[in-house]
Amino acid sequence: MPTIDLAQDSLRTLNKTLQKAARDVAGTQSNETDWTIENPKGAHAIAVGLDGPIEVTVAGSTGYYCAGMNKEASINVRGSAGPGVAENMMSGSVVIEGDASQYAGATGRGGLLVVKGNAASRCGISMKGIDIVVHGNVGHMSAFMAQSGTLVVCGDAGDALGDSLYETRLFVRGSVKSLGADCIKKDMRPEHLELLADLLERAGSDAKPEEFTRYGSARQLYTFNIDNASSY
Amino acid sequence: MCGIVGLFLKDDSLAPQLGDMLSEMLVTMTDRGPDSAGIALYGASQGSSFKVTVQSDDPANGFSGLAAHLSSATGNPCSIEEKSTHAVISTDSSNAGKLVAQLRDAHNELRIMATGERMEIYKEVGLPKDVAARFNINQMSGTHGIGHTRMATESAITTMGAHPFSTGADQCLVHNGSLSNHNSLRRSLRRNGVHIETENDSEVAAAYLTHRMNQGRNLGEALEDSLDDLDGFFTFVVGTKNGFGVLRDPIACKPAVMAETDRYVAFGSEYRALVSLPSIDTARVWEPEPANVYFWER
Repeated sequence: MPTIDLAQDSLRTLNKTLQKAARDVAGTQSNETDWTIENPKGAHAIAVGLDGPIEVTVAGSTGYYCAGMNKEASINVRGSAGPGVAENMMSGSVVIEGDASQYAGATGRGGLLVVKGNAASRCGISMKGIDIVVHGNVGHMSAFMAQSGTLVVCGDAGDALGDSLYETRLFVRGSVKSLGADCIKKDMRPEHLELLADLLERAGSDAKPEEFTRYGSARQLYTFNIDNASSY
Repeated sequence: MCGIVGLFLKDDSLAPQLGDMLSEMLVTMTDRGPDSAGIALYGASQGSSFKVTVQSDDPANGFSGLAAHLSSATGNPCSIEEKSTHAVISTDSSNAGKLVAQLRDAHNELRIMATGERMEIYKEVGLPKDVAARFNINQMSGTHGIGHTRMATESAITTMGAHPFSTGADQCLVHNGSLSNHNSLRRSLRRNGVHIETENDSEVAAAYLTHRMNQGRNLGEALEDSLDDLDGFFTFVVGTKNGFGVLRDPIACKPAVMAETDRYVAFGSEYRALVSLPSIDTARVWEPEPANVYFWER
């Protein structure tokens, strides 16, 4: 299992090496699939742009934009992650053992992001297909303008959850401080319980699907409404 | 951008390393703002001594014979310790008013950076590592301190535009963000007799907190008040003679990480700033909540 030590190697070397490894494994030119990164010490942009099914363990906490643009790789951060973790993920998975700072999983198009601690503000902002499971709480403005995918919050949600939401499904087990514009509580149907059960299992959470409340878009902001003309 | 750091010691045995730890934290934040840098440190109280940190663009002439002149002008002994462009003038606290008045009236070529029983401020244009080396910050001891490395947005890149800002004895503030109502608030504070030196937005925040504390509020209460009266983006780290506070605005765009052990409380714009602190791997590390006042007192 190769190890890259950021106390010795540069960030650029790290990302070049991992990106090549991911491409090689995807192209079956290599079977070197397990990588470890030592001494991350809050560095920015660790393990970004990976485009193949490798497994990366980051032995510590990361700074801005860890695991950005991930495709197929599985990245596990054994610590907390700074702002913008797993931004624009396409597929694969990113697991944060600690907390995640603001805008975790922003604009993600696919894959699974798991935060085992709490996620700060704007978690899943503008998400477009990613699934996010947060074992703890999420901060304010989470799932702002979220378009598709699923955000599961096993703890509480902060202010303005799901503001200007499109078709992302939101599930919260605890309290919601306030709902954002056009976000409403919805009924939980069997297909939602099934979806939740699968996501919770994949995210390693023992929460029960029945304990959650579903929220979604009231779909009142989709198109211009002439009755609102005077507000503009 | 801008990078801010703060360190508040609970364990006095770390006191000799305060300057070293704080300057290393600040140097780590250099790429968040390389324009200018500064550090405020709270050293041990020395009896009834009162200190004024002053800065001169021409220290060779500016500080020459200054102690003798101030001693004779105030009628009380004043001593001086020169550190590059800065000097710390000490006198008995009973002479504090006369000393500050004399510096303001007869020495307007000098800039007053800080006053108080314990606080000293060192700030200049340049990189954190150069500013820290110029003043030998790593040799300084103390109980708590804050630091800032600046990417200027609201006013010019000058020594006086650098942080920390001090607007009251033993009080200082560093700011990451930008305030949008600083002009009207500055006018209003000046009408209330508050002295504000620059056109910088962050100095207004410092002056606002000083004004509130002069009205009888403690640091925590003054920070609470600022949530109603300051408009804009901010993460503040604030020092007082015995206290250390942190506040983020309700939107909380500006990053912040804190760490606490039984030996210290530390603040950094990013986790990177905290990684060389003792026992950081077992510290409680968290992101301060928006619009939530955190403060510690000794």
